[in-house]
Amino acid sequence: MADSVISEIPPTMCLEKPSIDFSYVGIDAILEQMRRKAMKQGFELNIMVVGQSGLGKSTLMNTLFKSKVSRKSFMGTAEEKIPKTIEIKSVSHDIEEKGVRMKLTVIDTPGFGDQINNENCWQPIMKFINDQYEQYLQEEINIDRKKRIPDSRVHCCIYFIPPTGHCLRPLDVEFMRRLSKVVNIVPVIAKADTLTLEERDFFKKKIREELRANGIDVYPQKEFDEDAEDRMINEKIREMIPFAVVGSDQEYQVNGRRLLGRKTKWGTIEVENIAHCEFAYLRDLLIRTHMQNIKDITSSIHYEMYRVCRLNENNTQANGLADHHPASHEI
Amino acid sequence: MVAGESGLGKSTLVNSLFLTDLYKDRKLLNAEERINQTVEITKHTVDIEEKGVKLKLTIVDTPGFGDAVNNNECWRPITDYIDQQFEQYFRDESGLNRKNILDNRVHCCLYFIPPFGHGLRPVDVEFMKALHEKVNIIPLISKADCLTPTEVKKLKDRVRDEIERFGIKVYQFPECDSDEEEEFKQMDKELKECTPFAVIGSNTVVEARGQRVRGRLYPWGIVEVENQSHCDFVKLRNMLIRSHMHDLKDVTCDVHYENYRAHCIQEMTSKLAQDNRTDSPLPILPLPTPDVETEKLIKMKDEELKRMQEMLEKMQQQMHEKDQ
Repeated sequence: MADSVISEIPPTMCLEKPSIDFSYVGIDAILEQMRRKAMKQGFELNIMVVGQSGLGKSTLMNTLFKSKVSRKSFMGTAEEKIPKTIEIKSVSHDIEEKGVRMKLTVIDTPGFGDQINNENCWQPIMKFINDQYEQYLQEEINIDRKKRIPDSRVHCCIYFIPPTGHCLRPLDVEFMRRLSKVVNIVPVIAKADTLTLEERDFFKKKIREELRANGIDVYPQKEFDEDAEDRMINEKIREMIPFAVVGSDQEYQVNGRRLLGRKTKWGTIEVENIAHCEFAYLRDLLIRTHMQNIKDITSSIHYEMYRVCRLNENNTQANGLADHHPASHEI
Repeated sequence: MVAGESGLGKSTLVNSLFLTDLYKDRKLLNAEERINQTVEITKHTVDIEEKGVKLKLTIVDTPGFGDAVNNNECWRPITDYIDQQFEQYFRDESGLNRKNILDNRVHCCLYFIPPFGHGLRPVDVEFMKALHEKVNIIPLISKADCLTPTEVKKLKDRVRDEIERFGIKVYQFPECDSDEEEEFKQMDKELKECTPFAVIGSNTVVEARGQRVRGRLYPWGIVEVENQSHCDFVKLRNMLIRSHMHDLKDVTCDVHYENYRAHCIQEMTSKLAQDNRTDSPLPILPLPTPDVETEKLIKMKDEELKRMQEMLEKMQQQMHEKDQ
């Protein structure tokens, strides 16, 4: 690989600046190798969407990935019945762009927060997330394990806050408090086209205050900032969360261009226009800039925490048990 | 009465409807404080006068409704309040001095349905079913500025279907007399087809098309509250204040209050029949009252009951007819 790089430098350059030739080893070519490997393997991303029915979760997913990835595209929108208990529905798609393949899984939670009595509605969701960690753990501690363990762990949970304009509801606080400990939560304000700009700013400030007051750490978490550069970028993001988003999968003609938007009698809301809503910021965060970081935090922090818990449990249970117990293999 | 989850624009709409600012000093609780809150009932009264006509308007608000994690029976305080008002009126009416009866009965309940769902939610259905026999319910789709015109129509159709499916008796506009003008009949027909009204409220005045109007300013346009093509606020206001105010009061008097009264009398007479056998004192009415007053009341009721027992059979027959 190093040879090909050196040969790209034209011979005349070699004569005029010999220092490049001699001290250049070609370590940066590793990037090209990684790139090739990644292109071959593809990526996995598992996003969970949580929120009351009708907040535009499926539409937002479709808008984010510019294709019909939500479960509704399978079911059709015939009957929108609210299920009696919370269900967890997972839909996977393979998306490809410029040769990069991604296996995207959208996990939907219909029935969340829709009942009259919503106590413990977070339990099925927590159980699902822990089950995914468990599955990964079991694969990892197998004696004969696969080269690439299929990663079904939830990387990111997008929580939809209804745009009341006042503050968080008790249900929101309870849910986020519990889940921020096991998964990366990204709160968004859904259907933000019902808030004027002042109302939006007020609402966001209130939400940030409440999150701080309740000790809820949403993504990007302060404690996981690695260096000053990270911190600077993340601080900017932290000042903007929760993002006020509007989703749409219909295109309209605006000023001669075709744009995604919502058309009403008083104007057309452009989804990708940052003066209208913050969808573009959310998309950049999730896909263009922080996707790898989200996955890293999930696997190195949330998953590890789960693993440590589980193995400690096993150890305390397995005092004196036979060798077939999984914990003994880990050492 | 206005009911619905917090954050749906109830206070803004009330202020817009009556062009007042009833909620100047309101303190909004944050999520932590609301976890253990129960549904409260707050009353604001304002005297409005326009062109010599005086109106004493009382708005009954229900903060805390539907906000908790567990909302089982969150409508109980509201039904209790409505019953209490009927109770009060019943006692006043049966009393000896009837000149200055204050009518505190709830004439109309505006129920706010959030526009975010796909129709009615379980809590909406349960609330309306608990209240439709006690008060005139007018369902409204709140914050309608987050819906496109097609979505509004779809949601209205959905809500209308579900109301029918669950057998909820919302307030029905009275049929026009056949000798009314065509224009009036047309307006009436349009009004009926528009329910539930999709409303937007605003307290701020913005500049639109060279005029100062009440509306909401967005980066992508201005929503005018009083523009009929933007929302149904004007229709709601006309209906509530200009054309159907009297009818709402009539229906409350003739139907809901009479239902309550008949039910009450039935209960009392059946208890009386029991007590005649067991010789215990007469039951006290559910309102907490001091004993001395109760004694007097009981004596009054004793005399009236004899009269009412005769009327009771007539009432039962009327109710039977009404049900059919």
